[in-house]
Amino acid sequence: MSCLTLGPLQFHWPAPRRRDFYARIADEAPVECVYLGEVVCSKRLPWFEKDLPKIAERLRRAGKQVVFSTPALIITDREVAMIRALCETGDLIEINDLACLQLLNGQAFVSGPLVNVFNEGTLDVLLRLGAIRVNTPMELSIDAIATLAAQNQAGEIEVFAFGRQPLAISQRCYHARAHDLHKDNCQFVCGQDADGLAIAQLDGRPLLAINGTQTLSHGHVALLDELADLQAAGVTHFRLSPHALDMVEIATLYRAVLDGTCDAEEGLTRLREHTAPVPFVNGYLHGRAGVDWQPGRAG
Amino acid sequence: MTRYLELVCPAGTPAALRVAVDAGADTVYCGFQDCTNARNYPGLNFTREDLRGGIAYAHARSCRVFVAVNTFPRAGDFGPWQRAIDDAAACGADAVILADLGVLDYATCRHPNLRRHLSVQAAAASPLGIRFYRDAFGISRVVLPRVLSVEEVAALIGQTGVEAEVFTFGSLGTMVEGRCFLSSYMTGRSPSSDGVCAPAECVSYREDGDRLVSCLGDVMINRFASDEPAAYPTPCKGRFLVHGRPSYLFEEPTGLNVIPLLAELKAAGVTALKIEGRQRSRTYVATVVTAFRRVLDALAEGASPAPMPDVLRAVAEGGRETFGAYAKGWR
Repeated sequence: MSCLTLGPLQFHWPAPRRRDFYARIADEAPVECVYLGEVVCSKRLPWFEKDLPKIAERLRRAGKQVVFSTPALIITDREVAMIRALCETGDLIEINDLACLQLLNGQAFVSGPLVNVFNEGTLDVLLRLGAIRVNTPMELSIDAIATLAAQNQAGEIEVFAFGRQPLAISQRCYHARAHDLHKDNCQFVCGQDADGLAIAQLDGRPLLAINGTQTLSHGHVALLDELADLQAAGVTHFRLSPHALDMVEIATLYRAVLDGTCDAEEGLTRLREHTAPVPFVNGYLHGRAGVDWQPGRAG
Repeated sequence: MTRYLELVCPAGTPAALRVAVDAGADTVYCGFQDCTNARNYPGLNFTREDLRGGIAYAHARSCRVFVAVNTFPRAGDFGPWQRAIDDAAACGADAVILADLGVLDYATCRHPNLRRHLSVQAAAASPLGIRFYRDAFGISRVVLPRVLSVEEVAALIGQTGVEAEVFTFGSLGTMVEGRCFLSSYMTGRSPSSDGVCAPAECVSYREDGDRLVSCLGDVMINRFASDEPAAYPTPCKGRFLVHGRPSYLFEEPTGLNVIPLLAELKAAGVTALKIEGRQRSRTYVATVVTAFRRVLDALAEGASPAPMPDVLRAVAEGGRETFGAYAKGWR
């Protein structure tokens, strides 16, 4: 059976909103696994860190696997301390910077979507070091994913199936820059945009979204039409990335398409009711520019 | 004369290699003519024969040659990267510059005596990350990501047990390298696997009234007034609408030049200085390498502060210079 996962919240939501969000996920969302933690900017963590144990406990009581995600970029002592503390808990960790491997000492881990796993050689190294689940990077086509999955038949492969795609990470905070501020005195302006700040081309066409030091696609990845092919290729887990949308409804929709109780075409139509006017993208999966949308069989 | 800092210089072609060697490079780095290196542009790079000749020329003049095999192999297509490593070793390269875990693993197992450097494309930015590569793959040197301040460089070097090479001049990406998908998002061709950011065949320009529009794929990257220089449409140097206002959101078209910071970088424990620009002309290589050679020789003789050659501004990207992330306010 394929599993649905809820990826780490990429945006800076206020603590009460986070608590409410995960309470509803625990009670209502048909996902098997939830990733918690701060991936983008370590400055945000103190705002909600104290809530994480309770959130994790509630999710576990609801029967969901909990994985703690780690930052995309580890540089400062604060970030090193963060991952050291996480690695010492013995909880399952998702690594997004290979620095974590130096602390895990063979402990089982999930390799996150921000780790460059482009080929079988890299996959082999990660499996040897203790990876039990490997996320494929955003850029990979379905053929590349199938090649990797074939190499990892005993393990798990996860693909990013819904949400704005992370495309780049920096040390520079673009949210602060957009508000004429510096990162060191950012006033947490990234919290003003619950789904990221939309960036358009000079002719007005939307292109990207920024989220602090992270740059995302403006369009939502929407892999519904491709789920069956990805399952056949050996993908075991499908990740939904949290947005300021009805994520319970969206998870229910993906579950229905995976279970075959809703066809992909209807699924896309219903998904669009949640996401419009933000467009869908799926180009990478089809070997094209990531920004493209290939309608596929379901139209 | 004692060497102040090792000067590592770009060579996009055999001719550029000879120019760099003659201008005083301590080391030259280059790549093969395919997707195995991160400057896979038409007309650039080395055949196996070129490399053998280039190494002979350099070694005869006490200059070393590093070979960049620093992209990420595509699934099911590991062959070109294996051959690049094998051939670099066979040609007598002094080191290979690697980023991908699979490629590092291959080089470590097959060529344990070939010196391995960690490419900037691997984005190892912490002592932990660097020690992971050191312990797992025996790397001798790390090329530090262009996201660290001088203070961070200094704090990091003592904790890694490997040499550090830092970028000091040239084009400056604002994203963590090796982990930026902006160009592939717009073009479908990947800097990580195809070794090319903003590939020329995806670039187009058109007139829009009295202005010039630059595009990458279908994406409008910039629009220039007639009196503005038209920069190459690299995604992170584009002008976009933020809150409805046109803005260089990521970075203005500027070039890195850290000559005034060289003494600090040396004090921080840096081993080598890297000049970016394998895609640039022989004139660029001659100008920049000659200028840096003079500055380093002056510093070695006790000059302070470092002399600042004016010629460098003329070859900097956008004609403007920045300290980039080395200065903390950049963030």
